[in-house]
Parts: sequence; C-alpha cells; structure tokens
Amino acid sequence: MSTRRTPGSGAPPALLVPAGVGLLFLVLPLAGLLVRTPWATLPQRLGAPGVLPALRLSLFTATAATVVCMALGVPLAWLLARARFPGRRLVRALVTLPLVLPPVVGGVALLLVFGRRGLVGSWLDATFGVSLPFSTAGVVAAEAFVAMPFLILAVEGALRGADPRYEEAAATLGAGGWTVFRRVTLPMIRPGLTAGAVLCWARALGEFGATITFAGNFPGRTQTMPLAVYLAFESDPQAAIVLSLLLLTVSVLILTVLRGRWVGQP
Amino acid sequence: MSRAICPQWTVCRSVVRAAALFAVLGLAMGGCAATKRPAEASATAATGTVTVFAASSLTEVFTQLGRDAEAVNPGLTVRFSFAGSSTLAQQINAGAPADVFASASPATMKQVTDAGGRAGSATVFARNHLVIAVPRGNPKRLAGLADLARPGVKVALCAEQVPCGAAAKTALTAAGVALTPVTLESDVRAALTKLRLGEVDAALVYRTDASAASGEVDAIEFAESAKAVNDYLVVALARAANPAGARVFVAYVRSDAARAVLARAGFQSP
Repeated sequence: MSTRRTPGSGAPPALLVPAGVGLLFLVLPLAGLLVRTPWATLPQRLGAPGVLPALRLSLFTATAATVVCMALGVPLAWLLARARFPGRRLVRALVTLPLVLPPVVGGVALLLVFGRRGLVGSWLDATFGVSLPFSTAGVVAAEAFVAMPFLILAVEGALRGADPRYEEAAATLGAGGWTVFRRVTLPMIRPGLTAGAVLCWARALGEFGATITFAGNFPGRTQTMPLAVYLAFESDPQAAIVLSLLLLTVSVLILTVLRGRWVGQP
Repeated sequence: MSRAICPQWTVCRSVVRAAALFAVLGLAMGGCAATKRPAEASATAATGTVTVFAASSLTEVFTQLGRDAEAVNPGLTVRFSFAGSSTLAQQINAGAPADVFASASPATMKQVTDAGGRAGSATVFARNHLVIAVPRGNPKRLAGLADLARPGVKVALCAEQVPCGAAAKTALTAAGVALTPVTLESDVRAALTKLRLGEVDAALVYRTDASAASGEVDAIEFAESAKAVNDYLVVALARAANPAGARVFVAYVRSDAARAVLARAGFQSP
C-alpha cells in the first residue's frame, strides 16, 4: 500500500465530486440509523428474547446458503466459462435472472415448485415426507436462489480471466480433468471465488422478500434478522433500529475479518 | 415548504451534523428532501387529488369507495396507498404526504393521533371479525378453533405486531387454545395467500378477506371472534395538502352509500 500513490493525489475533480456524492448517498442513511439509535436502552433491547435466535439463524442460513451456492454455482460457472454448447447465452441469462426478479416473485415461484402442491414439492412430500416451506431448509433455499447469481458471475469472470493454457499444460502432463480443476483451476480463481462467496453470503444475510414469501416467519425456525427487523418496525421502530444496527455490525465485522484473512489485499 | 420537507427538524439537523463529519459539499440537505409533493392549490371546494393511506384489508372496498366518491364529487381524484396499518402509521408520522388515514385498529390510529397528526377526530366507520379460512370444501373438516391445534393441521396466523395477529391472539386466549402455527405472516393478505396456494390448511383472517377470496376459500365463523372485534377508524390528517378533499372523503366513507358498499364486502356497521 505504501508504495502506491496516495489516494486523491492527482485525482481529477470530475471523478472526486461524484465519488464524494456517491459516498455520502451510501453513508448518510447509515448515519441516520446511528443518530436514531436508542443508546440508553441498547443493552436491554439486545437482550430481548428473540434477538439472539434471529441472529443465530441468520448467520447459519446465510452460511449454509453460501455452501449450497458454491457446491452448485462453481460447476455451473465453469460450464458457462469453459464448455461450448448451444444455448450458452440463454443459460447465462437464465442464471442471472434472480438478480432482476423481485425477491417476492422469487419466493412465490419457489412456492409454486417446492410448495406442498408444487411440481417438485408434492413429490418430495409424498415420497420423503419433506416439506420445504416454513422450515429452516426453506430459508436456505430462498437465500440460495437469490444469492447464487452473485457467486456465479464472480467465478465465471475469474475463470474467463484465467489463462486456460495452464490447465492444458497440466492435462498434457497427464493430470485428469478433476485433478486439473482441483489443483490448477481452483487455485487460479481463488480471489474471484472468495469475492463471489463473500458477496453471496452478504446477499443471503440480507435476504427478505423470498424468505418471508417462501419460508414464512416463525421465531427460531424461519425468522431471520431482516424479517425480525421488518416486524419490529410494525410495532416498535426503535427495536427495529437496534436490530438493524446489530446485523450491520456483525456483518461488517465478519466481512472485514474475512477480507483480511482470505483475500489478503483489499 | 421547509416544514413539508423536514417534518422532524431535529432529526434533519442531526443527520446534517453527522454528514458534516463525512465532510463533503453543502448537499447534505438533499438527504431529507426525498418526498416533496407538488404544491396544490389550497382549494376550498373538494377538487384536486386526495391521498388516502388505508389498511390492506380495505383494498377492494376502498378502491370502490374512491371511484364512487369521484363520481359524486366531479374534479376530485382519490389516490390510495394500501399497506399494513402499522407501516402506514409509521410513514405518516415520518412525514409521508397523506390526506386521510384509515386504519384497521384503534392502536395504530392512536400512533398517528398521539403524534398530533389528526385534523378532526378519528371515527369508527366499520367493524370486522376473524374467521377460520379453509380451502373450499373444508378438506380437513375443521369446525372451530380447537380443531386448529390438531396434529397435522398447518395454520397461518398474522404476527402479533399487526392488528389481525393481535386479534388472533386474543381469540385464541379466550378459547383457551394453545396453537403452534407454521408461520406468523406480516399482514392478513399474506396469510390468506399461503392458504390459497395450499401451503397451509387454515388461516385466521378477517371475514372480509375470506369473502374477497370466496371462490377459493370457505369461512368458518367461531364464537370467540366476538372477543376480538376489529374497529376500523378513519381520520383527516393535520398535514393534509388537500384538507377540503380529505374532509369530503372522510364524510363519504361515513355516508349511507358507503355503508352499503362496506356491508356488501362483509364489514359490519359500528
């Protein structure tokens, strides 16, 4: 960092001014949250029943959703970046669809497929007695649905940027496809993969619309922090502010630590 | 003008101060200027646009009443924002540009009137009570609240923070039924949707909501609902940009013509 140019030196005002406005626009609402925080009753509000279970559930489901997204999204990103097949553009467009879809619509769509009467859901229910709606697994599914495109886009970008000749070289030296992927491809795209996973986790943590529509709202089982915030706002705005602050603090802490440890450099 | 832009000046000032910490530009005031409405002529006749914030359970019936009121008062345009009563109360107290507020509970109305938001007194214009909504034909043969606690019966309630949830809790307590719902929905329509999609076997919703979906759901009346009757109140707001229009619409909601429309939708007269 010290060898780089100090930020701002020689930066053209044409960039600095909109950058400053952009920063203000993003930071002011958070400042507003801080200004309205009831600091005096903060400890007692944080200790209120339901706060810890919601936080725990949020962290668990966001992490589980990220694991699901990595397990399914990395192979999908590899397919999009490396394989040639007809309709690839269409597949890429479909994969990014949850980005533009209102999450509530995503939740309804999930219900229509995985609900009790849904295409897959009715079969799951009849065969295994498994029902996703109103369950913690349903929360994970809703979050994964909304967050997976972030991971796929990041990993696909990293794969496109990585030189395929290293993989070809490894293959000519006798490494099998899986070994090449594991020993050559994955290490090459690690920064992109980490960035994608972090984005994916953050998006899953903040997920609201698809979750409340698909998984419903029940404390300890499907009530994540964003749902708790929304409902608290209905009756007690100060409690909602405290919950938001807690979620913000925890996620900023986790993201900062992850950044330092895994990505190495900002 | 400045009052409309920054309804809570102390907040604005603190925000501005916080912004100064981040030290750029004199643009900080912009943070508060998001909701500005075009200045309407301070009409004495009931013309122009009147903006009504109404509880989501009033969606169909108020849309109808708005059309009727427009027909009776040429030159008047009625616009609606439908949402949960509590959300609307928060928005009004935060300075949202509303002329009339119609809430589904005295508690949410009180949030607005306590904050000094009323121009006249809030009046009850309709009553509603809870029913057990079940899929058409009642496949699980549910007859009363006690049946909802049967194993294998999935029930959706409203969360306690919203009026229909508070009413459900009162009714269940009165009936002595301990019930574990699968979900506590954020408003009554969301609970009804879960039922219409077949995800739950029953939902406690207002009688009027069940009748709005009468093709798909049946309503089962139960005695304990009398303990949790919901009053709907309407008030003209102090900060109304169109006070004359607000008065006219409130009066129309309380008229005999409106009462007939409300009754057809399943509401009871106060």
